[in-house]
Amino acid sequence: MNALKKFLGIIWMVTGPLAMAFLIVQAIQKVGLTHTDIERTNTILQWAIILFIFFPISIGLVIFGFYAVKGEYDKLPSSSEEI
Amino acid sequence: MSETLPKNNIFKVIGASSLGTLIEWYDFYIFGSLAVIIGHQLFPEDAGASALINTLAIFAAGFIVRPFGALVFGRLGDLIGRKYTFLLTLVLMGGSTFFIGLIPSYRSIGYAAPILVLILRLIQGLALGGEYGGAATYVAEHAPKNRRGFFTSWIQTTATLGLFLSLGVIVITKNLLGAETFGNWGWRIPFLLSIVLVVVSIYIRMKMHESPMFSKLKAEGNISKNPLKESFNNKGNFKMVLLALFGATMGQGVIWYTGQFYAQSFLENTCKLDFNDSRYILLWGIAFATPFFVIFGAWSDKVGRKWIMLSGMLLGIIFYRPIYQIFLDDTDFTKIEKNDILSSSPTTKSILIEGTQDSLKTVTTKVLLKNGASFNIIQADTVSVTKGLLPVKEIMKDKVLPTAVFWKFVGLIFFQILLVTMVYGPIAAFLVELFPTKIRYTSMSLPYHIGNGVFGGLVPFIATLIASFAGATPLSGLWYPIGIAALSLVIGTVYLSNKRDENIND
Repeated sequence: MNALKKFLGIIWMVTGPLAMAFLIVQAIQKVGLTHTDIERTNTILQWAIILFIFFPISIGLVIFGFYAVKGEYDKLPSSSEEI
Repeated sequence: MSETLPKNNIFKVIGASSLGTLIEWYDFYIFGSLAVIIGHQLFPEDAGASALINTLAIFAAGFIVRPFGALVFGRLGDLIGRKYTFLLTLVLMGGSTFFIGLIPSYRSIGYAAPILVLILRLIQGLALGGEYGGAATYVAEHAPKNRRGFFTSWIQTTATLGLFLSLGVIVITKNLLGAETFGNWGWRIPFLLSIVLVVVSIYIRMKMHESPMFSKLKAEGNISKNPLKESFNNKGNFKMVLLALFGATMGQGVIWYTGQFYAQSFLENTCKLDFNDSRYILLWGIAFATPFFVIFGAWSDKVGRKWIMLSGMLLGIIFYRPIYQIFLDDTDFTKIEKNDILSSSPTTKSILIEGTQDSLKTVTTKVLLKNGASFNIIQADTVSVTKGLLPVKEIMKDKVLPTAVFWKFVGLIFFQILLVTMVYGPIAAFLVELFPTKIRYTSMSLPYHIGNGVFGGLVPFIATLIASFAGATPLSGLWYPIGIAALSLVIGTVYLSNKRDENIND
């Protein structure tokens, strides 16, 4: 199980930047498809919100993966005293 | 627990905590339940679908700032105590809800209207971010160790009951005033009513005592000096915050908001169900499913929290698409035969378009079917003096379902809310047991509000956005909650422990 935790850790470390790259490509594509001024402003606003929120979360996923690779989750604390 | 510390009756503690939390959820959800009407009030009349998406974005903004509220008020809660912190959040929430009810429309003050509402919505989000962690911590710190899941599950019912109350108040107000008056100014009443509920809740909470564990820490001089630093600078604690977020609260959040919020939005905006029908279906579903929060909370005291929560996510991943396909199929009235129609009565209305000699001709045909269903077909044509008749596409809306289909939909919503009770019933106890007393308010609030507030709260916004892409189907929006729940399920299965921490007094 610990080997699986570490292997998946690598997946999470890769997933974070990949997810962000996917969102950025989607944002550029969708903003490019809009025509009028108000429609374009709305689309930029919507995608700005999404990117603003998910950027720090994707960093969190990378850190989570890093901890997993380092074996930090191999044994979870059995009480909050061990944290 | 020290003998000199005040001992609250646990049911009084639950009652007082739950009532305030329920009111905060009520305040938070009326905005989402009225998104379509508020969109018309806050944005130009010709904004169309972007008015709804922008209103959902303002609605989502309240969710996005919840983690910041968790940090600010969580810190306060770990420094000055649970009781006074969630009194403050209640005042902020009630005040901002009341003021949303007073904001003039776009026609009166232009874009100042959505900006003011956005600011008030942000305050609502900050307040809610501080509220929930406090209430859950407060109850858990009063509960006996082997019944923590059961007692905290009462707090878990409040979010759903807050939604129930908001829907109920909206339906009653609309039926009393009529659709037109409600659309003009009646929608403000549910917001204004909040101030009465908040005053009652403040009165009750003023009589509560501080949490015994926090009082003990305070008496011993062991209160955290910098809970933010201790929560997130300590690697041992921070890694548990990340695990709680990715392995539990993220999946829980999307299951919650798909079953209880996106479902209603889908029925109303995609299936074009009647305003009352879409809300009655949800009200019945909530009424039948709410007791299961307590059942799953109590069960988690016996079998552990992990597998109950993860089973809820798995069932959502498997069944969401089939359920929403049924919603679409059963509300598709385009294939009805002529002999299915009982009556069909058109009414025509013409209004002059301001500043032109053209007019807008609207033909509304009310169609009644033999099986008890009904719907309106709306054809709005522009009659131009120079170009003649400019027809637009017919819209079928205000669909009222036949009784059998109505109850089938109630069953499908009930099932979705049952999944919500599985993921949400045990999660307060799960989070409380993960973190030590002196930084508990701060540490558990952050993953909860990112998972529930950000991942979950964005479900209506992101799913509606995905469904509006070129080439998307009405079910495409579901890939967002399904994908997030799947990720959380894998992480939770591999990394979470099912063992309960019996001693949280540390």
